[in-house]
Amino acid sequence: MTAVVDPQVLADPLPPRRRNRAWEKFRRNPYALLGGAVVSFFLIVALLAPILPVPGPAETDWSAVRKAPSAAHPFGTDEIGRDVLSRMIWGAQASLLAGVVSVAIAVLLGVPLGMLAGYLRGWTDAVISRFTEALLAAPFLILAIALAAFLGPSLQNAMIAIGLSAMPIFIRLARAQTLSVMTEDYVESARAVGIGHLGLIRRYILPNILPPIIVQSTLTIATAIIAEASLSFLGLGQQPPAPSWGAMLNIAKNFLEQAPWMALYPGIAIFLVVLGFNLLGDGLRDALDPRDT
Amino acid sequence: MQTLKTLGLAALLAASSGLVHAQDLRIGLQEDPDVLDPDQSRTFVGRIVYASLCDKLVDITPQLEIIPMLATGWEWNADGTELTMTLRDGVVFHDGEPFNAEAVAYNLNRSKNFELSRRKSEVSSVESWEVVDDTTIKISLAAPDATLIAQFADRAGMMLSPKAAEEAGEEFGLNPVCAGPFTFKERIQQDRIVLEKFADYYRADEINFDSVTFLPIPDTTVRLANLRAGDLDMLERLAATDVPSVMSDDGLTMEKATSLGYQGITVNVGNGDRANTPIGTDSRVRRALSLAIDRAALNQVVFEGAFAAGNQPYPPDSPWFNTAFPVPERDVEAAKALLADAGFADGVDVEVQVANNPVQTQVMQVVQAMAAEAGINISLTAKEFATLLSDQSAGDYMASQIGWSGRVDPDGNIHQFMTTGGGINDSKYSNPEVDTLLNEARLSNDTADRKEKYDAALAILQEDSPIVYLYHQVWIWALDNNVLGFVPYPDGMIRLHGVSMTE
Amino acid sequence: MLAFIGRRILIAIPTVILISIFVFTLQHLLPGDPILVMAGEERDPAVIEALREKYRMNDPIPVQYLAWAGAALQGDLGISLRTQQPVLELIGGKLPVTIQLAVMALIIAILIGIPAGVLSAYRKGTWIDWLANIVALSGLSVPNFWLGIMLILLVSVKLGWLPASGYMPLSEDPMQSIKVMLMPAFVLGTAIAATLMRHTRSAMLSVLKSDYVRTARAKGLRERVVLVKHALRNALVPVVTVITLLFGELLAGAVLTEQIFTIPGFGKLVVDAVFNRDYAVVQGIVLCTGIAFIAMNILADAAYRVLNPRMSDQ
Repeated sequence: MTAVVDPQVLADPLPPRRRNRAWEKFRRNPYALLGGAVVSFFLIVALLAPILPVPGPAETDWSAVRKAPSAAHPFGTDEIGRDVLSRMIWGAQASLLAGVVSVAIAVLLGVPLGMLAGYLRGWTDAVISRFTEALLAAPFLILAIALAAFLGPSLQNAMIAIGLSAMPIFIRLARAQTLSVMTEDYVESARAVGIGHLGLIRRYILPNILPPIIVQSTLTIATAIIAEASLSFLGLGQQPPAPSWGAMLNIAKNFLEQAPWMALYPGIAIFLVVLGFNLLGDGLRDALDPRDT
Repeated sequence: MQTLKTLGLAALLAASSGLVHAQDLRIGLQEDPDVLDPDQSRTFVGRIVYASLCDKLVDITPQLEIIPMLATGWEWNADGTELTMTLRDGVVFHDGEPFNAEAVAYNLNRSKNFELSRRKSEVSSVESWEVVDDTTIKISLAAPDATLIAQFADRAGMMLSPKAAEEAGEEFGLNPVCAGPFTFKERIQQDRIVLEKFADYYRADEINFDSVTFLPIPDTTVRLANLRAGDLDMLERLAATDVPSVMSDDGLTMEKATSLGYQGITVNVGNGDRANTPIGTDSRVRRALSLAIDRAALNQVVFEGAFAAGNQPYPPDSPWFNTAFPVPERDVEAAKALLADAGFADGVDVEVQVANNPVQTQVMQVVQAMAAEAGINISLTAKEFATLLSDQSAGDYMASQIGWSGRVDPDGNIHQFMTTGGGINDSKYSNPEVDTLLNEARLSNDTADRKEKYDAALAILQEDSPIVYLYHQVWIWALDNNVLGFVPYPDGMIRLHGVSMTE
Repeated sequence: MLAFIGRRILIAIPTVILISIFVFTLQHLLPGDPILVMAGEERDPAVIEALREKYRMNDPIPVQYLAWAGAALQGDLGISLRTQQPVLELIGGKLPVTIQLAVMALIIAILIGIPAGVLSAYRKGTWIDWLANIVALSGLSVPNFWLGIMLILLVSVKLGWLPASGYMPLSEDPMQSIKVMLMPAFVLGTAIAATLMRHTRSAMLSVLKSDYVRTARAKGLRERVVLVKHALRNALVPVVTVITLLFGELLAGAVLTEQIFTIPGFGKLVVDAVFNRDYAVVQGIVLCTGIAFIAMNILADAAYRVLNPRMSDQ
């Protein structure tokens, strides 16, 4: 579980137009490329799930219940005779979807709120900041568990719960970035020549807060994937018979002795995809961080 | 001087040998019990703790015969409306208070009239009571009730110290005081419940442990690992899938007993608007579902064949089982024919809610796959148990996978589910004929007569199938080899009388 | 300083109230009726009514909230629906367990994280740095519940070295207590160790580049002295603040860790309470963690202010 209490990136504001150098830096970073490759691999597998030559994820075979890995079932079969490999491939869809959608929720709600607080300051800022603190006061996972329990167990609700729990960090990030951009000389002078609110936001604030938001999003997807797995593991995420890595682990822990492969592979998959996003996020941070030389 | 030394030595020896023999039995439970007040509690695990803590008026044998416990005898009057119980003399509660007819009267009153009592329905037939003398109590009933004695073999028959219960009121469960073989010492929620031997217990010679510790460990793998490591001496509800591995372990033994309860699919046939579904309105669809299920395969896949397939409210080895309707073989063609007959030749959709625990969802996924082959498309909604229950009682469901823990008397497994207006008749099944049969079966004290009525009711219920019965749980205990004398009971309790442990 | 803390506490009050209202409303909107479960298998309507009355479920939610808040101000957080134990007593009983787990996890994390961070900064760009970074990233990426399951499988089921679960109070049998807690603490400590390593590394990197380290080296001090006495001491300042901020992460991690190893701590209490709809317990826990969390934040900020004015050249 990665720390999500504080934004993991805070870039000094700078005028834009550094994209090309960033790309150069990114391309020369082997870790970042590795992360990108791992993430792409899982993305492709998830997208190709319907056409890959594996049995259906819900296809049961009574004669092959909890069978160890073999040629017919490379990752073995599960507690009711379904192919573990197939369920992992389809489970990739749930995991990636959960990661991306929940972060999208967090960004779409959190960034405007944070910008609003940083832009208007005063009373609005106080209210939004108190609200953020209240959300942050409950540890991320506990908040997500409570929200998921409240919304009822389903993948969709788990995504909403994770999104809402991850929102405060984006509020904080957007607010801090907006605040510091607003004090820059070029923003002051832009204001002086009478550029309107929307113009200011579009031309100066958004471009400045975008890079750290992208980096934070990538890192938060990693956290969100683990959070989805955790919720599914507790029975609060993806519901049977639909596959999800966390839900597979939830079942697998009951068969540790008889069928250890059921627990092994989904865990490795979560680990790899999260590692991929973390590498990618680190690489993006290094590439987009204007401070580093 | 010498004698003093010897005495000192003897005392030391006695003390140290006492240490050696201070035996603690450690039992792994599947869940943490709820409140430890027999009148307020509701969980199965709670009853396991009571078996060592609170003696009852009567007990059962493994064959379900009622035998004396705190009551040494009982007698019905001719029309079955008056029960006279003779009580054991010289019994004391853990706080030293005497057990007598007054105490029974107090407990009856508490079960019946304490506003938070969960035992009300169990003793609802009791109208009044009269203390005849110290060891005799006469209980009067509004109408004959064949089930009452069996109720006294469970929580309704547990005797609490009137003094302690009066002082503690609602909070009795924080420090229960009963008349069982062990006294309550401490409880750390989710961690342990510790009981200590009660020196003044009237059957103290049958108790071989100085203390017993109950440890809730929900994870079956972990529970078994702890037994193997010697951190537990025995555990209840071994996962059926662990049976082969325990059998092959030289250090462990296993005991089994088929439970009194059942698991099944309750169909909403008359509980609000959501009863207006193909499966709710047409019994042919329900029978088709039943025929589509291979109960033996279900048992094999999910429970390694360790449980018992079932099609009635009580298991096939119960004396009340109606042998005219054996557990059916799977017959997909017959199921399809029934569906076609009902006008659903192209298949029918059914939504089943299920508690979101791994075993129940696994059961329903297997049923789902089997039913699909007969054209019944089941969609599953996993819910938390509290949600499942409230939706079920509100009629906000099409079908619901739920079970019943079971009662010693057959009435407890069928009457309140199948009679019109029954307390937990969530399917709102109603059939006057069944009502008459089940009500009459209650009034009779003649076993043969009762069996006939239950058989007749079951014949109708097989046809109407408001509940599709699936299987009966089998209680499986795993014990360390050095635990001796444990006897399995179909009620799933752990009775420590006569159980001992070798060093 | 005092004024700063005082102001922060004043600001925190509305936050705490907001949290409690939020949780209270949320809980009572939850689907599912705990009373039905509590009423027992027979679900006697009279019992259901009596229970609703007893737990004030028939009152409108604002009235319920005010009653709860009033009692809470007097230190009464109500009783558990499930076992009727006072909530405060329950929380108090669980706290030592989770604190022991958290402290052990933190010690493990510090023992691994800080030396690894120092080493990898000092050997920046070598295979040691590379290895430490990969291990740290792996620590951040591995789901700790899975790590727990795998450890149980390996260490307890296959090898039988350590018990798979259980808890022994420190006061009863310290050795056994630590032994039982070792595996869970390791699982909980991995992610923290990784975070610490990364923070230590970056703090060390910037310190190593600074003038006073260069001066110290120029003075001809031995490398180890430079590294430990000058560099590490200064690098630790931000690391210490990070540690205080890891409190929340430890707590959240403890939830799953306790669930897997069936440790009767705070995290297990909260999950079970959420699943059992044990309103009073959830409410009490959220209030207590909220307050603790805010307190930790204030402490962290204060510590930062005290420690950070400027890095001093010694």
